[in-house]
Amino acid sequence: MKKTTLFNIHEKLGAKLVEFAGYLMPIQYSSIIAEHKSVRNSVGVFDVSHMGEIFVTGEKAQDFVQYITVNDASKLFPGRVQYSAMCYNDAGIVDDLLVYKISDDKFLLVVNASNIEKDFSWMNENNKFGVSLENKSDEYSLVAVQGPNSNKVLQKICNKDLNLEYYHFFNAKIADVEMILSRTGYTGELGYELYFKGDEKIAEQVWYKIFEAGKEFNIQPVGLAARDSLRLEMGFMLYGNDIDKTTNPLEAGLGWITKLNKGSFLGREMLLKIKAEGLKRKLVGMLGHDKSFPRHGYEIKADNKNIGEITSGTISPVLERPIAMGYVDISHASEGNEVNFVVRGKESSVNIVKLPFIKK
Amino acid sequence: MNFPDNIKYTKDHEWISVQGKIGTIGVTDYAQGELGDVVFIDIDSNKTDIKLGDSVGTIEAVKTVSDIYSPCSGKIVEINKELQTRPELVNTDPYNSGWIVKIEMSDPAELDSLLDSKAYKSLIGK
Repeated sequence: MKKTTLFNIHEKLGAKLVEFAGYLMPIQYSSIIAEHKSVRNSVGVFDVSHMGEIFVTGEKAQDFVQYITVNDASKLFPGRVQYSAMCYNDAGIVDDLLVYKISDDKFLLVVNASNIEKDFSWMNENNKFGVSLENKSDEYSLVAVQGPNSNKVLQKICNKDLNLEYYHFFNAKIADVEMILSRTGYTGELGYELYFKGDEKIAEQVWYKIFEAGKEFNIQPVGLAARDSLRLEMGFMLYGNDIDKTTNPLEAGLGWITKLNKGSFLGREMLLKIKAEGLKRKLVGMLGHDKSFPRHGYEIKADNKNIGEITSGTISPVLERPIAMGYVDISHASEGNEVNFVVRGKESSVNIVKLPFIKK
Repeated sequence: MNFPDNIKYTKDHEWISVQGKIGTIGVTDYAQGELGDVVFIDIDSNKTDIKLGDSVGTIEAVKTVSDIYSPCSGKIVEINKELQTRPELVNTDPYNSGWIVKIEMSDPAELDSLLDSKAYKSLIGK
């Protein structure tokens, strides 16, 4: 099993470690709820070095990105990030990803840890543009610093004025380490992601400097479990739960990143067909009232009929109410509708609500 | 991790403390650590005739849901109401204020089949 450059720190902190996408990762350090709230109220730090970094270089790098992803990469300029997805020809989702435009002939694609090999093969299979594709996932550490105080913490140890706009990035030094610093994250809070190379010594230097700078804000390490509840409160997709090769971006509510008029791209023809025929089901947000805990795989019913399944669920630490996402038949997908999810034979009522669950 | 000597344990990570015919039941320190943050406890209070090993309810934690298996036969006589508003007591004080139910035992001899703290510790490798 692989370990990230920060593994020794997680062990020292007494983190509960679990295997995730071939890596031994910290799932929680203290309490999931406390970690969650530290990000919402102040600032928390995540090791997400298991994520994949694939570089695309060449004269036709942009044409390649445009062809392989659903969003419009021509809107990007150097220093701009875009949320996007890759589709198969049948419109099923290969992965969701972040696209970084470094220069006209260089892009960075940040993909899910569990999909690195699959994505890299898919990119190579569809490389009709002669671009160079390099999977540098093992060379990069990735640390996310998230929460309302994240800017104040990082500014102290950054060699540049940290005035990045949302979904923008630049090269800078944090704790004297050269890195790509982007204002992105998976929490809905003000936050940054730090991509840097180097060994354990370098990574630990970055980690400790961040914690030193964040001490006055009671900065906390945050594990993958709280990362999951944070993203779910925002209605962000998790590949493997809410989206996969059997779901398409339109039914997943990712129409806003699916630019059908940008020209040819993988999956476009099927997506046009799906759009013309109309959706059969839709991913919706559901908010509950009683003490019930929605979980992945639970059945959703209305009028005593199965209408879908929960893809992600939890008790929101902020709302202290059940929240869930799941696909339901289009006839039941309107906001305000009441449906039920089934826990061990018992039905709990939830209302379909607009995402995100908490407004930022 | 703490495993008091004056109570009995099950292989499913419950504990029982006995006063007369009443057994007070909760989950062990090890169990609460594995479950992580407990968000609520759902006890099936309609169940009157409980057999040893029956599920008397569930513990919903952020990570997972787990059954609570009764370490004895009998009937539920009290449910810890404090847990309705403070389920985290199961995490912070599993053997005292984090108790879950009290059962009036119908066959106290069953307790002989349970584990003492030493046997329980060896079960979980501590």
